[in-house]
Amino acid sequence: MTSPRTETLERAATSPSAPRRPDPGTRRSQRRTFTVRKSLTILAFLSPALIFVIIFVYYPMIAGSQMAFRNWNLSNLTDTSWVGFKNFAAILTDPVFYTVLRNTAVWVVASLVPQFVIGFALALWLRRKFAFRGLYQALIFFPWAISGFLIGILFRWMFNSEFGVINDLLSKVGLTDQAIPWLADPTTAMVAIIIANVWYGVTFFTIMILAALQSVPEELFEAAALDGAGKTRTLFRITIPYIRTTLALTVLLRVIWIFNFPDIIFGMTGGGPANQTHIITTWMIATTQRGDYGQASALGLIVVGILLIFSIFYLLAIREKKAVTT
Amino acid sequence: MIDRETRLARTIRIVFLAIWLAITIFPLYWITITSFKGPGAIFSFPLTYWPEVFSLENYVNLFSKAQFGTYLANSLVIAAVAATVATLISLLSAYVLARFEFRSKGALMMAFLVTQMIPAFIALGPLYLMMSQLGLVDNKFGLVLVYIAICIPFCTVMLRGFFANVPDALEEAAMIDGCSRLGALFRVIVPVMKPGIVAAFIFNFVNCWNELFLSVTLMNRDQNKTIPTALNGFISSFNIDWGSMSAAAVLTIIPTMVLFAFASRYIVQGLTAGAVKG
Repeated sequence: MTSPRTETLERAATSPSAPRRPDPGTRRSQRRTFTVRKSLTILAFLSPALIFVIIFVYYPMIAGSQMAFRNWNLSNLTDTSWVGFKNFAAILTDPVFYTVLRNTAVWVVASLVPQFVIGFALALWLRRKFAFRGLYQALIFFPWAISGFLIGILFRWMFNSEFGVINDLLSKVGLTDQAIPWLADPTTAMVAIIIANVWYGVTFFTIMILAALQSVPEELFEAAALDGAGKTRTLFRITIPYIRTTLALTVLLRVIWIFNFPDIIFGMTGGGPANQTHIITTWMIATTQRGDYGQASALGLIVVGILLIFSIFYLLAIREKKAVTT
Repeated sequence: MIDRETRLARTIRIVFLAIWLAITIFPLYWITITSFKGPGAIFSFPLTYWPEVFSLENYVNLFSKAQFGTYLANSLVIAAVAATVATLISLLSAYVLARFEFRSKGALMMAFLVTQMIPAFIALGPLYLMMSQLGLVDNKFGLVLVYIAICIPFCTVMLRGFFANVPDALEEAAMIDGCSRLGALFRVIVPVMKPGIVAAFIFNFVNCWNELFLSVTLMNRDQNKTIPTALNGFISSFNIDWGSMSAAAVLTIIPTMVLFAFASRYIVQGLTAGAVKG
């Protein structure tokens, strides 16, 4: 009893829950034509995306990875022979690389912690409804509309030692009476680029944590209140454990992202003074600009390696903690 | 719900929210104020927090001395075309990822996500060599192709989240009524998902508008430069013309700010949907 109508239904439905099947024999052959059709549809819909990503993202990335093991310098393209780990050795014996590594660690940790703390606090404060909350959220969201490079430029201007507004404000408050040469001194330059990065990154945490907080069921708070738990206790015993997975994953995403984020530094100090504010990715750009694609690629692989190892340990650590508490 | 807030807690909350808002706004205020100071006034003591005379000189210079009009037009065209095509392509791939079950789906999602984690600079060298072999270096069309490719992965993930909110029944009904799958997608689902699609388009547009490293690598001639590339050119070692730079920064930021203001709610939804669901 296959009416034309059920047949179209069968063909149309992709879910296995299609109504009223005909007898088993025709069903099997029909299902086969459905799967062929289905795979063709999937392929057709996916192929434009795949073609673009493979040609312009994956191919250059893979080609770039093998450059790490070759002598590949724009100044001499006649000799692009395989050199094994020579590029890695050159990086590891360069003393600047260790400054770069230390800077990268400082950059990631010192940016991440304030971003997380301020972002968390803002999310908690924003959870309660108030007039103009939507507008407020839209306003604090807008550093995201600006490119990292331009943020670097904005802060470079504000941290200008002579005409910068930061020194002017500091002297108005009475914290300093002389012009601090922010970007000319390695330590203060590092502080300045991190301040810029915190300014930019807080919103991301606010958004993520606010979304996570809104997923906590009301009953949990009500139960906690009934049991007489105070605010702090509720926060640490109920809220944070409930959203722990989201928090942990957001932090991981941010670590990877900040690690790979040279834009602010590029616009603000360009890695200076004297290479003292380079992180690995800005150092990689500088190496690329020198034309040494081999070493730049080797640096890229080092970044991938570090992030991969970090992610694995991090994910294992989260899982272990979960196993202990439950 | 929770409990009534004490007056003290409320005051603290409002004060901190206000302080953070001030901190967020201030850099933009400052660059805008700087751009309206005349060239002399930028470098004069004491610093003024409101220009004594509003001068448009920096803006005039930008268009007369530097070819800012050209950069602006380039950025606009390149970002608009790339964002449109990338959104259309991502719509198709996101649809398949949201609606079909197939074996390599997980691997495919991973392949898209991984592109967000590997430093793009590893690809810069080979990309340059490939593009020069194709004759696409210093070519707007070439840059558009690359931008489409870098927008697709995240855009797909973001749109896939929006598809999850649209019931399958909708396109099934349309297909029973004789629509093809593609027809059902564009006639029935797209109208329902419009806000999400607009947000994805804006997100792509802003990313292309802001992109620096690829365009610095691929574009050389002045007539082909996008705004970020041109701004990078304004930094000549230690000398920055802060007058032009501030005016250029304001003109670069305003369009993206306006676009984000329209779409921020949906962009937030897209970002959090991607991350919270994993």
